Amino acid sequence: MRTAGEMLASAAAESPAGGFDVRKIRDDFPALRQQLYGRPLVYLDNAATTQKPRVVLEAMRGFYERDCANIHRGVHLLSERATQAYEDARIKIQHFLNAALAREIIFVRGATEGINLVAQTYGRANLRAGDEVLITAMEHHSNIVPWQIVCEEKGAVLRVAPMNDQGELLLEEFESMLTPRTKFVSLVHVSNALGTVNPVRELIALAHRRNVPVLIDGAQAVPHLKVDVQELGCDFYVFSGHKLFGPTGIGVLYGKESLLEAMPPYQGGGDMISSVTFEKTTYNSLPYKFEAGTPNIAGTIGLGAAIDYVNQVGLEAAAAHEREVLEYATAAVSRLPGVRLIGTAREKAAVLSFVMEGIHAHDAGTILDRQGIAVRTGHHCAMPVMERFGVPATTRASFAFYNTKEEVEALVAGIHKVLEVFR
Amino acid sequence: MADLKELYQQVILDHNKHPRNFHKLEDANRKAEGFNALCGDRITLYVRLENDVITDVGFEGTGCAIFKASASLMTQALKGKTKAEAAALFDKVHKMLTGEMNPNTEGNELGKLAVFSGVCEFPVRVKCATLAWHTLRAALEAKPEVVSTE
Repeated sequence: MRTAGEMLASAAAESPAGGFDVRKIRDDFPALRQQLYGRPLVYLDNAATTQKPRVVLEAMRGFYERDCANIHRGVHLLSERATQAYEDARIKIQHFLNAALAREIIFVRGATEGINLVAQTYGRANLRAGDEVLITAMEHHSNIVPWQIVCEEKGAVLRVAPMNDQGELLLEEFESMLTPRTKFVSLVHVSNALGTVNPVRELIALAHRRNVPVLIDGAQAVPHLKVDVQELGCDFYVFSGHKLFGPTGIGVLYGKESLLEAMPPYQGGGDMISSVTFEKTTYNSLPYKFEAGTPNIAGTIGLGAAIDYVNQVGLEAAAAHEREVLEYATAAVSRLPGVRLIGTAREKAAVLSFVMEGIHAHDAGTILDRQGIAVRTGHHCAMPVMERFGVPATTRASFAFYNTKEEVEALVAGIHKVLEVFR
Repeated sequence: MADLKELYQQVILDHNKHPRNFHKLEDANRKAEGFNALCGDRITLYVRLENDVITDVGFEGTGCAIFKASASLMTQALKGKTKAEAAALFDKVHKMLTGEMNPNTEGNELGKLAVFSGVCEFPVRVKCATLAWHTLRAALEAKPEVVSTE
């Protein structure tokens, strides 16, 4: 087993092609430097959450140490600074997603809350008995359950577009399931359990040809590929900050202005109103109509800093590096005896899910953990995906741009140890 | 990595690979289901109870090695025990799994079940080892609902 220093040195040997220097990037993440059980941490659970670069931690600390005040309601300088920083983050996100307008960016707790917001506002206002909502077989529970709730309430039907054995959506089936009854489509951009990248632009176009609005769950997409909501044409797009090197508890809902304007509010409270009497309340304009109560100001500022950081690293260079690491890992892990990959789509991002013959994922996870290797084991909040592949659980290694081929080698050595214990 | 060897002892690996009493019990008069949402362990436990004595017990299910070996060894330990003896055994097993047992003065009655003493070093795995036992309690109390260790 290599020491942490040796690992970093060999990480540096991974040449900084195109200015991408993984060693320098790793230095930006304090958490990556630690040892677990006397071994260097190999963090391969990035689809669950990413580690945070120092600039994010400093931005949040800076808010609490210097600018801490509530936003949109004080005439004093601190409130002005806090409001400015909060609204600056919104503009950073607008540019990050290439949204047409800053007011199309709504701050929420995460992708889950973003989907719930749309289901509870747009869904409740527009779905009728007999209508259909179309999702896919590879959705995270967060893009299943909110629709089940609203469908049950409205007597609407939730339909599920199937996928093949590689974990790719069947496009013809998807298209045939778009019927005159389909009133909404909600689908994942990149599958958290399989790594499949869906051809969302084409899928959105298919739905739009039938005037059906589309929400894209981008939680696993934004850390790995450039997203342009105008180019995609999606009506809604959601993601979580913490999977994009930002803090937990902050996320984004993008929605087209015309749709957001027409939707009823989600939660009532302060900041989402322009005037209140006991008889009548007039709601605030966008985006504040959907931001009731004091928001996660520090989290928003942290997310803004994370986006600055990601832009500085460069998503294209990062994606190229991640692709190399994923290809290297895919080749190495699929060669291991008794190991079967779950999710072998042609278009994949940063996720390597696998099962080992006769060995439960949870046992593999414990043995890997004792070697300092953090992976996710279980159903990945996608139980229907596990059922589709006939497995109770998988072991999932998921990568970020700070991961290295040396870490993949540590994973492979770790899997050998698992096989040894269960030999 | 000595603690890994403590956790995955040969007896456990053997019972994982070849679980005992791993079948449906046609003449069972008690039955319960258990589920561990964290890792997806799932068990259906069948018990034949005659005059307060467990005369036969079997299980079906899927899950990790700790879960499967625990269920298997539990079924072996239960045969011939009264309900009260089974409950007392679960208490002891539970104390061992949560590290509350003094190995010098207690634990002699555990027999083969003592192979799970390493589990207390792995707190997230305690649920895997207790699922079958929680399900047993539900079966004996004839609670109809699915048991969860969450």
